[in-house]
Amino acid sequence: MSEPLLVFGWGNPARGDDGLGPAFVERLRAAAPRGVELLDDYQLQIEHALDLVGRERVLFVDASAAGGAPFRADPVLAAQDTSCSTHALSPAAVLKVYRELHGRDAPPATVLAIRGERFGLGEGLSPAAQRHLDAALEWAQGWIANATTAAGRWPAP
Amino acid sequence: MSFALETAPAGATGLRRVAIDPLSRVEGHGKVTLLLGVDNRVQQARLHIVEFRGFEMFIEGRPYWEVPVMVQRLCGICPVSHHLAASKAMDRIVGVRHMTDSAVKLRRLMHYGQILQSHALHFYHLSSPDLLFGFDSDVNRRNIVGIAGAHPEIARQGVLLRKFGQEVIRATAGKRVHGTGSIPGGVNKNLSVADRDLLSRDAAQVVAWSREAVEIAKRLHASHRALYDGFAAMRSNWLSLVRADGALDLYDGVLRARDAAGKLIVDGYDDDRYLELIEEEVKPWSYMKFPYLKSLGPEAGWYRVGPLARVQNCDFIPSPLAEAERREFVDWGRGEPVHATLAYHWARMIEMLHAAEVIAALLPDPDLTDGDLVATGMRRSEGIGVIEAPRGTLIHHYRVGDNDLVTMCNLIVSTTHNNQAMNEAVRSVAREYLDGHELTEGLLNHIEVAIRAYDPCLSCATHALGKMPLEVALLAADGSPVDRVLRSGEGRLSRGGGAQ
Repeated sequence: MSEPLLVFGWGNPARGDDGLGPAFVERLRAAAPRGVELLDDYQLQIEHALDLVGRERVLFVDASAAGGAPFRADPVLAAQDTSCSTHALSPAAVLKVYRELHGRDAPPATVLAIRGERFGLGEGLSPAAQRHLDAALEWAQGWIANATTAAGRWPAP
Repeated sequence: MSFALETAPAGATGLRRVAIDPLSRVEGHGKVTLLLGVDNRVQQARLHIVEFRGFEMFIEGRPYWEVPVMVQRLCGICPVSHHLAASKAMDRIVGVRHMTDSAVKLRRLMHYGQILQSHALHFYHLSSPDLLFGFDSDVNRRNIVGIAGAHPEIARQGVLLRKFGQEVIRATAGKRVHGTGSIPGGVNKNLSVADRDLLSRDAAQVVAWSREAVEIAKRLHASHRALYDGFAAMRSNWLSLVRADGALDLYDGVLRARDAAGKLIVDGYDDDRYLELIEEEVKPWSYMKFPYLKSLGPEAGWYRVGPLARVQNCDFIPSPLAEAERREFVDWGRGEPVHATLAYHWARMIEMLHAAEVIAALLPDPDLTDGDLVATGMRRSEGIGVIEAPRGTLIHHYRVGDNDLVTMCNLIVSTTHNNQAMNEAVRSVAREYLDGHELTEGLLNHIEVAIRAYDPCLSCATHALGKMPLEVALLAADGSPVDRVLRSGEGRLSRGGGAQ
C-alpha cells in the first residue's frame, strides 16, 4: 500500500550541490513524517512513473543551477521532454509518461528546485547550499501539512 | 579505414566550421565540429565528448574496500557495471581468482539485471522514437511520450522491462541506488526467498516481451534494408570479452578481437594483459582518448565495442532463444560481419533477450538463496577488472598500497572505446546530409541518430535543472559566427546569428 504523499529527490552526492535532492530526502527521513514515502535516485527515469501510482501528492526535489535562491517551488504539469543527449527525464516528462501509461493524469505534483552553487567532483554541499537546504526543509513541513489536510493550496516559498 | 575528414588537407583555405555544442556546463556533453570547404562539401568532422574527468583522482587515496561503492557515482545509467568491474579488480587485490558459486551467480544476476534495464531504456526511450517515427519526424514526437501515444503497449513494456531490471538490481545490490551487494572477494548477502519469488513471477513475461522487442528491431531492418544497412555504416575491428569456449559472456571471460572481415586478430587474451593489447592515443583536439589495438597501430587498429561487437565476436550465445536470433542476425551479414551502425539496435535487443533468459534460468538456482558468499586469498597490490557493460567493454585497473589506500586508478569506459567509431559515424552522416550551408533541424537529427546508436554515456556527471540545451553554431574559417541554432531542453528551437 503506497503512502499518500511521495517525496522524490534525485542527484549525485559526489558532485557537490548536485546532491541536494538526496540530502533533502535524507534529512526529511530523519524527521519520519507520517503518510510520506521518501525515495531518492541518481536520475529521473521512465520507471519512476510507476512510483507515482496511488499517490495524492508528489514533491520532486532537485538541485537547481540557475533558479532563485534559496529555492523555488512550482506546480508542474505533464509535458514531453525532448532532451537529445541525456538519459535522464524531467519531472514533467515523468508525469507525461504516467498519463500515457495509465490513461489519466498523474497526481498533482510540485517541483522543489533548491539552488546550488558548486558542482565539483568530490565536493560536499557548499555553505550556501546548506542554508538553502535548511530553508527548503522548513518550507516542506508546510507542504506536507497542507498536502495532508487540504489539496490544492501550495505554500509560497 | 579512411581518415579523410578528420584533418583538413594541408593548406586548405576557405573552410567554414559548423559546431554543435551543448551549453551544459554541469552535465557531460558532446560537441560536433564540421569544417566546410568553399564548395560546401564537408572537409572535416570531429565529435568532441567532454569526458567525465577527474574521477581517477577522486578514487586515489581511498581505502580499496570503499571503491566498489564509490565508483557507482560515476554513472547514473550503469552504476552496477562500475560496481562490478571495481569489485572484480578488488577480488584480485584480496587475492581471489575464483569466488564461491553463490557469489558468482549473485553477481551475474545483478549484472544481467543491469544489462536488461539499460538496454530497455535505450531501445524504448532513446531509440525507438527515431526508429518508429523516422529521423525527420517532429522532435516533439520523438520521445517515449510520443511512443506511448502511438504505440502504448510498446511503451508500457519498455517501462515494465526497465522496472524489472531495477528490481533485480535492488534485490541483489541491496537497494535501488548505490548498492553495496558486491564486495572484494564476493558478495555480502544472498537473494531473499521473497525477492526470488517476486522476480520469478515475472521472469517468463520479461522473456516474452524481450522476444517481441527483437522482432520489432528485426522488422525495422527488414522493412528499410537500404537505410538501415547504409546509414553511418563503416568497416571496423571488433573487441569484447568472450567466455573461454567462445560463448557470449557479459560478466567474465577473455579478450577477443576480430577484423572487419570477421577474422580473429587475438583470442584468449587474459584481461590482466589489456595494456599489452590496447593503447590509447591522445589527439590535441579531443579530451577523450582514442584506444586502438597495439598490433595494428592507431590508424588501422581502432575498433568498436558493445552489442554489435559482442553478438558477432562470440561463437554462440548460451541461451536458446537469443542464439536463434544471433544466427538470423549473422545471416543478415551474408558471410561478413554486419557493419551497419543502426544494427546496434538489433544486436542490443538480442542481448536483452539473452539477459532475460539468463535471469529466468538463474532464479531457481538454490545457490542464490543459500551458500558461502566470500572467498579469501593472499593480498596483492594490483588488480584489473574487466566487464562487458551495456555499452561495451569496461576496464577498471587499480594499485593499492600497503596501507590499503588506492595509489593508482585507471578507467577505460565503453564510450571511450567507441570514440573513433562515433567520429566515423558523424563523418559518414555529414558526407551524406550536411553538404549545404544552412543548419537545419533535420541535419541535427541525423547526427544525433548516428551518435545515439552507440548509446554513449554523456550524462555521467550531473543534471541540475535548466542545464540541457543543445547549440548548433556555424562559424567561418576565421572563427567568426555565421549562424546559430539553439534547441532547448524542452525541444524549442531558436535561431539567431552571432553564435557564441
